[in-house]
Amino acid sequence: MTDHSILIPILIQLTTALLLLFMWNRIHLQRRASVIGNAIGLAYAIYLFQKVYHQGILVTQGGGWEAPYGITFAADLFSASMILIASASGLAVSIFAAGSMSKRRSMFVFFPIFHFLLMGIIGSFLAGDLFNLYVWFELIIIASFGLITFGGGKRQLEGALKYVTLNLLASILFITGIAFLYGLTGTLNMADLALKTAEVENKNLLTITALFFFVGLGIKTAVFPLYFWLPASYHTPLSAISAIFGGLLTKVGVYTMLRIFSLFFLPDPFVSNVITVVAIFTLIAGAMGAMIQNDLRKLFSWLIVCHIGFMIAGLGMYTTIAIAGAVFYLFHDIIVKTNLFMISGLIHRITGSFKLKKLGGFYAHYPSKTLLIAIPLFSLVGIPPLSGFWPKLLLINGGLDTGSYWLIASILVASFITLFAIGKVWIEVFWKKGATVTPKKHFVTFSELRYIHKVGFVLPIAALGAISLFLAFGAGWVYTVSEQIAQELMNPESYIEAILNQNN
Amino acid sequence: MVILLAMMVGLMYAAGIYLVLRRSLVKLIIGLILLGNAANLLIFLIGGITRGEPPVIGEGEFTLGEIYADPLPQALILTAIVIGFGLQAFAMVLLEQEYREAGVTDLDSLKDEDTDDQ
Repeated sequence: MTDHSILIPILIQLTTALLLLFMWNRIHLQRRASVIGNAIGLAYAIYLFQKVYHQGILVTQGGGWEAPYGITFAADLFSASMILIASASGLAVSIFAAGSMSKRRSMFVFFPIFHFLLMGIIGSFLAGDLFNLYVWFELIIIASFGLITFGGGKRQLEGALKYVTLNLLASILFITGIAFLYGLTGTLNMADLALKTAEVENKNLLTITALFFFVGLGIKTAVFPLYFWLPASYHTPLSAISAIFGGLLTKVGVYTMLRIFSLFFLPDPFVSNVITVVAIFTLIAGAMGAMIQNDLRKLFSWLIVCHIGFMIAGLGMYTTIAIAGAVFYLFHDIIVKTNLFMISGLIHRITGSFKLKKLGGFYAHYPSKTLLIAIPLFSLVGIPPLSGFWPKLLLINGGLDTGSYWLIASILVASFITLFAIGKVWIEVFWKKGATVTPKKHFVTFSELRYIHKVGFVLPIAALGAISLFLAFGAGWVYTVSEQIAQELMNPESYIEAILNQNN
Repeated sequence: MVILLAMMVGLMYAAGIYLVLRRSLVKLIIGLILLGNAANLLIFLIGGITRGEPPVIGEGEFTLGEIYADPLPQALILTAIVIGFGLQAFAMVLLEQEYREAGVTDLDSLKDEDTDDQ
C-alpha cells in the first residue's frame, strides 16, 4: 500500500536537528527541544507501528518513480517495530543527556548530531534500496564520528581513531559488495534483487558478494574476528553517547543482516556454516572478554559483543522459530544495552568511578536505586521470567529443531558467563563494603545536583526498566509479533509484492 | 580498456590494503582514501563502459537510443565520492588532533587503555 507518511519519523528527527542548530548556545532550550522532538517521534512511531500492524506493509517511492527505478522506502512490521524501539531508547537517552551533561560539555553540538544520528538509524530501517541504505549508514557513521570524539581528550581520541578506521573500512567493503551486486543483477532495489538474484547463474560469485556484505556488516555489528574496535572505543565517550551507541549502532547491522540474508542472499550451506561458526565464536569470545574486565563500561562493551552472538545464531539456524528468537532478542537487547550504559553513568555520577575495585556499598546506601538497576541487569542475564529468558528459550528451541548442538552449547555457556560477569558487578558494586572514592576536583556528585537533573538521571533508567518488564511479562504478545516478523522474513513474497506491484 | 581498468582497480585495492596495514598514521589515511577511490572506480567499471553514448534523450524523441551508458552507476559514484570526501576530511582532522594531543604517529604506540587512569 502506498503511504507517504512513513517518511514522517525521518522528518521529525531532521526537523528537530535543524531547529536545534538554530538554538546554538541556548542549552536549556536545546535540552527541552530535544526531549520534545523525541517524544513526538515516539508518539508517531507508536502510531506507525499500530498502522503497519493492522494494514500490512506500507511503501512509498522517491519522486513518484515506480519500484525498481525510484528510491523505495518500505515499512513492514520489522521496520516499524525497530523504529518504535529505537524511538523509545532515543527518548530515554535524550532525557538522560539533558539531565547528565554538564553545561560546558553540551554547549557544543551534542543534541543536533544526536538527532541526525537517530535520523540515520530510522532511515536505514525504512530503506528499501541498497544504495539508499548505504547512504543512511554513512549518515550514521559521520554522526557517530562526531559524537565519539565529542569533548576531545586523549583517551577518547585514541578510541575514536580505531572506531573511525574500522568503520571506514566497513563502508568500503559494503560498497564493494554493492558494486558486485549491481554488476550481477543490474538493480539495487531490495525487492527487485530478491527476484534477480534467484536467476543469477554464477552462484559462486553471488556467495562471494554475500560474504563481502557479511564482512562489511560484520565490522559494524562487531562479530567475532571483527569486533576489536568496539571494546577499544565504546567506554571512552560520555555515558549518554555510549548508551545510544551500545543500544542502537550495532543493532542496525544486525537488522540489515537479518533483512538481506532473508530477502536476497538466501544462505547456502557454506554461508550458513560461516554465520554459525562466527556466532559461536562471538558468543564465547565476548563472554570471555567480559569475564576479566574491571571497568564497568568495558565489561558492558564486551557483553555487547557477546550478545550479538545470540542474534547471529538465530540467523545461522535459519528457521522461523530461531529468527523469531533473534528478533525478540534484538528488541530486548536494544532496551537493555541502552539502559546499562545509562546505569554506568548514574553509578559514576554518584560515586565518581567506573572501576569495580573502587566501587562498593551501593546497596547499603542507595537501596531504591539498586532495585531499579537490578531490573535491567537481571533481564540481561535472562533470569526467568525476565526479558532475556524468552528469546533464549526460542533460540534453543530452534537449535534443537535443526540439531545445532554446538550453537546451543555456546548459547548456554555465554549465558552462564554473562551471569558470572553480572554477578561480579553485583558483588563488587552493590554488596562489597563501601570503599571511599575521592572524586576529582570540580566533580559534581549526584546529591549536589538540582532536582530536575536527578529526575533526568533516574527517569529514563526506570522507563527502560519498565519496557524490559513489559517485554518479559507481555512475552506472549511480543512473541506473536516476533513470530509474524520471522514469517514475513522467511517468506518475503508479500514484501516483494507490496513494493513491486502497486496498483492502488 | 576494461582489462586495464580492472587491473588498475585491483592494484588500488592491493595498495590500499597494504597501506592500511602499515604502522604509520599518515599511510593509514592514504590507504583508506585509495580504497575508497578503488571502490568508486569498481562501480564505474562494473556498470559497463560505453563510449560516446550519453544517456540523453535526443530532440524530438521519447526514448533513449539503443546503446547508451548506464546513468545509474555514475549517480552512485557521485554520491559515494561526496560522502567519501566528507568522511576522509573528518579522518584527517582526527589524525591531526590525535597527533597534537598525544604526539602519536605510530599505530603501535596506541595503548589498549587498560591502564588504571581514573
